[in-house]
Amino acid sequence: MQAFDYVAAKSLSEAVDLLTKYRDQARILGGGTDLIVQVRENRRPVGVMVDIKGVPEVNTLSYNGSLEIGASVPCYKIYSNREVKSKFPALVDATSIIGGVQIQSRASVGGNLCNASPAADSIPVLIVLGAQCAIEGPSGERSIAVEDFCTAPGQTVLESNELLVKLVIPTPAPNASSFYLRFIPRNEMDIAVVGAGAAVELSADHQTFVSARIALGAVAPTPLFAAAASSVLAGKPVSDESIEEACEAAKGIATPISDMRGTAAQRTHLVGVLTRRALNGAINRIKEGN
Amino acid sequence: MASGNGYKVVGTRPIRHDGVDKVTGHAKYGADLNFPDMLFGKILRSPHAHAKIVSIDVSRALAHPGVKDIVTSKDLPTLSENILADDKVFYKGHAIVGLAAVDVHTAEEALSLIDIEYEVLPAVTDVAKAIREDSVVLHQSLTTNTLGEKTGKPTNIGSHVRHQNGDVEAGFAEADVVVERTFTTQTVHQGYIEPITATAKYNPDGELTVWTSTQGAFNVRQQVAGILDRPASKVKVVPLEIGGGFGGKTTVYVAPVAALLAMRTGQIVKMTMTRDEVFEGTGPAPATLIRLKMGATKDGRITAADTDLFYEGGAYPGSAVGAGANCMFAAYKIPNLKIDGFDVVVNKPSSHAYRAPGAPNSAFAAECVIDEICQKLDLDPLEFRMINGAKEGDRNPIGPRHGKIGYLETVEAAQTHDHYQVEVGNGKLRGRGVASGYWGNGAGRSSVNLTVNQDGTIMLLEGSTDIGGTRTSIAMQAAEVLGIAAEDVRPAVVDTNSIGETGVTGGSRTTHATGLVAIRAAESVIEQMKEKLADHWEVNLNQVDFSDGTFLNSDNQISFKEAARICSPVVGSVTESTTGAGGAFGTHVVDVEVDEDTGKVEVLRYTAVQDVGTAIHPSYAEGQIQGGAVQGIGWALSEEYVYDQKGQMVNASFLDYRMPTSYDTPMVETVMVEVPNPGHPFGVRGVGEVPLVPPLAAIANAVSRAIGVRMTHLPMNPVSVLKALNKI
Amino acid sequence: MSRKAHVQTQINGENVEFLCEPRQSMLEVLRDELDLTGAKEGCNNGNCGACTIIVDGRPVDSCCMLGVEAEGKEVQTIEGVATPEGLHPLQQKFLEHAALQCGICTPGFIMNSKALLEENSNPTEKEVRFWLAGNLCRCTGYDKIVRAVLDAAEITRANH
Repeated sequence: MQAFDYVAAKSLSEAVDLLTKYRDQARILGGGTDLIVQVRENRRPVGVMVDIKGVPEVNTLSYNGSLEIGASVPCYKIYSNREVKSKFPALVDATSIIGGVQIQSRASVGGNLCNASPAADSIPVLIVLGAQCAIEGPSGERSIAVEDFCTAPGQTVLESNELLVKLVIPTPAPNASSFYLRFIPRNEMDIAVVGAGAAVELSADHQTFVSARIALGAVAPTPLFAAAASSVLAGKPVSDESIEEACEAAKGIATPISDMRGTAAQRTHLVGVLTRRALNGAINRIKEGN
Repeated sequence: MASGNGYKVVGTRPIRHDGVDKVTGHAKYGADLNFPDMLFGKILRSPHAHAKIVSIDVSRALAHPGVKDIVTSKDLPTLSENILADDKVFYKGHAIVGLAAVDVHTAEEALSLIDIEYEVLPAVTDVAKAIREDSVVLHQSLTTNTLGEKTGKPTNIGSHVRHQNGDVEAGFAEADVVVERTFTTQTVHQGYIEPITATAKYNPDGELTVWTSTQGAFNVRQQVAGILDRPASKVKVVPLEIGGGFGGKTTVYVAPVAALLAMRTGQIVKMTMTRDEVFEGTGPAPATLIRLKMGATKDGRITAADTDLFYEGGAYPGSAVGAGANCMFAAYKIPNLKIDGFDVVVNKPSSHAYRAPGAPNSAFAAECVIDEICQKLDLDPLEFRMINGAKEGDRNPIGPRHGKIGYLETVEAAQTHDHYQVEVGNGKLRGRGVASGYWGNGAGRSSVNLTVNQDGTIMLLEGSTDIGGTRTSIAMQAAEVLGIAAEDVRPAVVDTNSIGETGVTGGSRTTHATGLVAIRAAESVIEQMKEKLADHWEVNLNQVDFSDGTFLNSDNQISFKEAARICSPVVGSVTESTTGAGGAFGTHVVDVEVDEDTGKVEVLRYTAVQDVGTAIHPSYAEGQIQGGAVQGIGWALSEEYVYDQKGQMVNASFLDYRMPTSYDTPMVETVMVEVPNPGHPFGVRGVGEVPLVPPLAAIANAVSRAIGVRMTHLPMNPVSVLKALNKI
Repeated sequence: MSRKAHVQTQINGENVEFLCEPRQSMLEVLRDELDLTGAKEGCNNGNCGACTIIVDGRPVDSCCMLGVEAEGKEVQTIEGVATPEGLHPLQQKFLEHAALQCGICTPGFIMNSKALLEENSNPTEKEVRFWLAGNLCRCTGYDKIVRAVLDAAEITRANH
């Protein structure tokens, strides 16, 4: 591994100062499960590793009208959290399948987002839940919708002197729930071939879609918010036909590639399959009162 | 607790002798050594699948602080191209330069400072392309050796062998159904979790010590001595505990380079591969292309088989096509047969042994075609095997007569098993597949040294490195002869200076061959003790008996322990080139469910039946069967070397070389039938390799029956299943 | 080459200090600096679990953690699992069930299983298999490992 310096930042301002001083040479270390491997494989150079796990603001996990997830909160804390389990089940779906248990002890949703893999499991969930990203830089705070955060594989809107502080997720409406699943060749430990997240709000009698948000992973350079597929469901009855309409719309925006993890044809096909399963998963959760 | 067949120790399940060390982290494996002032070695490997090396400049690397020495092929006394390339590289990952530095990170930095100029050549990584007239040729010096004669024309086909019996055309004419299919299997790796490693030290007195994880310390000694042009007696190989081998660690990769660097620097050098180096720099199992035509009568008798086997040797000839041919039809009586086997080079790492090398590939073809014949004839596939199955005295269709074998017993056990009795279930795409398989098993040279201590315990020194519990199964065999508890035997795997020559722990030979010499050593010790007791009791030797752990004459009776106090030290030292191995068969039953929307195959239930001769330690025999079956699941469904257009492997990592996890597999039920091998005093048959022979076809047959489409290419990953289902 | 960091941590209940370069992983520190070679390198990228240790009660791939991150943490390795009183139920059951063949994956499995049983003392077979999916074994096919963990869970429940 290349040599680098290591600093454990103790405050948010210290972290920002270090980023401002070292710019492209600095890398934020959270759980490190992507970054350490990338540095070892010479895929991301680093001069100074800035460990933010000691910065209080990136470690908070709280619910107070909205869910706030500090950027460095590890997956296992997220899927064990009572509010997350009851109100944001798709977050449980995603965080419990990122790597194995050992990875989940350290890997964070913030890190998953900043790593900006097109196949990241948590990003479609953040999109469908309407998450906002709180970013801190030398000139202060800014906020951006999560679907605008990733710009290309491995690239985000963050300037080199900015860091992601937390994700803020609004409380879902009543009669709403969410679901995430992915397709992988084995049953665990693989990168998603296709990922699909859905957040659905139904009418009080559960017969009609009030709204839906659908997001896809691994079928474009960044995780995608499937706007057309989402809006097509508003006001439609909960039925196989409506769902198929959404699936076809979702397939329409996917631009997958063929690589060692899957073929473009397979991925397009799976968009339809997984969108259907994600929508049904969310609907069943609403009907079962979860 | 005695076992069922009258033995006191054989057939029981004692805790393995090395167990406590292994569950507490104290066992020392190959890379666990740390010495003061140790250097770390690294190897620079070719980034190209096929290239000429135009020039190598190591000056910048040598100048890097902390780098102590750098070597290339010209520094090896004996040219050994796969260890360090000569003037051409034949696969991405081909070793070119070795270096030693003060720590592993410095060594890694130095690699990037080596400047090599290549002339990149077109590469061929597909056996179907490599056999064509217009293919890129790897070695100008390689001409086909076909049926014993050389053609004189450079080619990628290293050898062509043929087995022939009867008249296949007549046999096909006699058949009521003929099935002809072409099969392909992919390149797969043994997947041992512990990477290749060796640590070397050169003593000023001229002795070279190599600590390594290996399946054959004497192999390492011979290869290192040969390559470095040293006398074998001056190379000491110390085998540490080994983290998996499956055939892949029966040869050397880094040991000669570490040794060379140790000789030149005068310091200890440790060299350990990274995981991607293991994939790209060691020998995987060959990919294959197999065309097979078989015919049978409507009452289920096989009349003929005609097959071409093309096996990839990788960069150099030497694939296991011969063993593949030998095992392919061993379970059956086939009157008319023609097998043509071709060993083909391609720009991939030089292939090496993987658990019954060659046999899983050919069994995949044979057992799938048999299944298709059964479907066409509407015959139960296990019943078909009872009709055609071989027993003692029948010939393996390629020639040799079977001795006492237990094939039909495995089929019967599968037929009567609860798994085969229950419905596979419907409503979804479910299917059940069966398949059989054979492996010949090995014997050969082993040595042990057995010492009786004064307290009646035994030191048992052996040269067989222990990859799966053999030191215990061998100790149990000695204990059985001596009438003592397995726990009273203290087995130790020792270095090549301390024991007579011993063949590899591979070929399923160890429990048979090393067990045999341990039995002989125990018997020798008993004879010596009888002599000493005759003196002690002042009787004639022929008045002293040993039975059931007791020495006795008409007036006296003492236990082995009491006799030990009187007689020790007593030493039994045996070296023998053993024979008498018994071949073994397995029959597997697998149920799968296919998700028709995603193409994913789930293995629902797995039952593996195998003739183990006599299970010395049933738990470890079961373990071999279960481990092989799960490797088969990975080979059938998810593992493969993926190559890009330039012939470079793109998935050299456990992330994308997908081996089954605990969440991917069901419990594997094992049924061990015991048809004792007459060639071994306790009836032992090798168990380790047979288990990987049936699974590929068993799973393929299950998937084929589940989706109604015959699967002939591995792996049956979701993309291939979706295509078979016409979904994409 | 950057200066070495001085790290103070606790390993298997003992206070430990070491020097390491920031680029040395916790796995390298354990194996190369502290001679705790029980944790193994299988892949060095978080895909095989052979390097699993427990940090502040959670199972972690030590190859995906820097040595400097151990500062102020409580670390458990395989060497600290058995006590002078004897083997941990997991170690005992692995031996009884023959849940190891070559044994290279065993320390990682025992550490990860220990973390599982401390979190959930009554896991189902499916829960065991899911939790252990981050540990690769090539020898056993997992059958006996899963049985050993379920058996050890029973002992753990009986002891409490």
